[in-house]
Amino acid sequence: MTVKKLCITLMLLAGPSAAMAETPKDILSAYSAEAGSGYVPSAERGKSLFLKDWGVSKDMPNCAACHTKDINASGKHVTTGKTIEPLAPAANPERFTSAKKVAKWFKRNCNDVIGRECTAAEKADFIQFAIKGGKA
Amino acid sequence: MKRLAILILSLAGMGLAHAEGHNKMAVPDNVKWKTECGSCHIAYPPKLLTADNWRKLMGGLNKHFGANAELDAKDNQDILAFLERNAGSGERYSAASLRITDTPWFRREHREVSPNEWVHPQVKSRSNCSACHQNVARNIWSERDIRMPGGRRMGDDDDD
Repeated sequence: MTVKKLCITLMLLAGPSAAMAETPKDILSAYSAEAGSGYVPSAERGKSLFLKDWGVSKDMPNCAACHTKDINASGKHVTTGKTIEPLAPAANPERFTSAKKVAKWFKRNCNDVIGRECTAAEKADFIQFAIKGGKA
Repeated sequence: MKRLAILILSLAGMGLAHAEGHNKMAVPDNVKWKTECGSCHIAYPPKLLTADNWRKLMGGLNKHFGANAELDAKDNQDILAFLERNAGSGERYSAASLRITDTPWFRREHREVSPNEWVHPQVKSRSNCSACHQNVARNIWSERDIRMPGGRRMGDDDDD
């Protein structure tokens, strides 16, 4: 195997994730667009969504039940005790870099905590809040 | 060049060799299973439930022991196929509740754990294997690697 061939092979192996990399801003833009033309996401509304007690789940009344009130801090799953990495991209660069993963977790967590799926506007607001590092 | 290729191959191989180790919990590597089933708790070895149990469990991920753990249809199918291929068989590995901790195998294996140890704050839940099994991240379940939260160690009996 030549060096060139090996390099190509390694690039192909590493390639897909690099090629499909998305940024928090890409994902924010997609949800904003889905929320309606001219929608301006609000970190302030994102913060309220995150901190509100929804009264749906006994164990998970709000997002902070697992994520803590500080989105720059690590959290802990309220049932299993597993560590959850910070939500803010500044504290955890992997956060909001896969649209598929983001959609999966919004669906699960909104259903658990709020009792319904979140709207595109709510998702955009929350991501805005996270990108701003928790400053509304 | 050949040396580099061999080095890469052996690095990749080490992970596998290590995971295979010495016990029946060994499973073929499967990234999707490990990532998805391992995001809220460790990815429990497929052998610990029957194929029928796994089918029921994967069919109800929207209500997964109190949490929504839904996957998209493709990922669900792929993971279920992997679980079915590597599932346990027989009553020992079966529980109507679909909880591994309710199977006869689990109950027997953990019969020496005292009620106080189960409710220890560092244990919290029976699903929290790593509270006592120190090296589950490397898929090592030997009794020699057990440290109870109070510091108690198990005997050096072999796993069964």
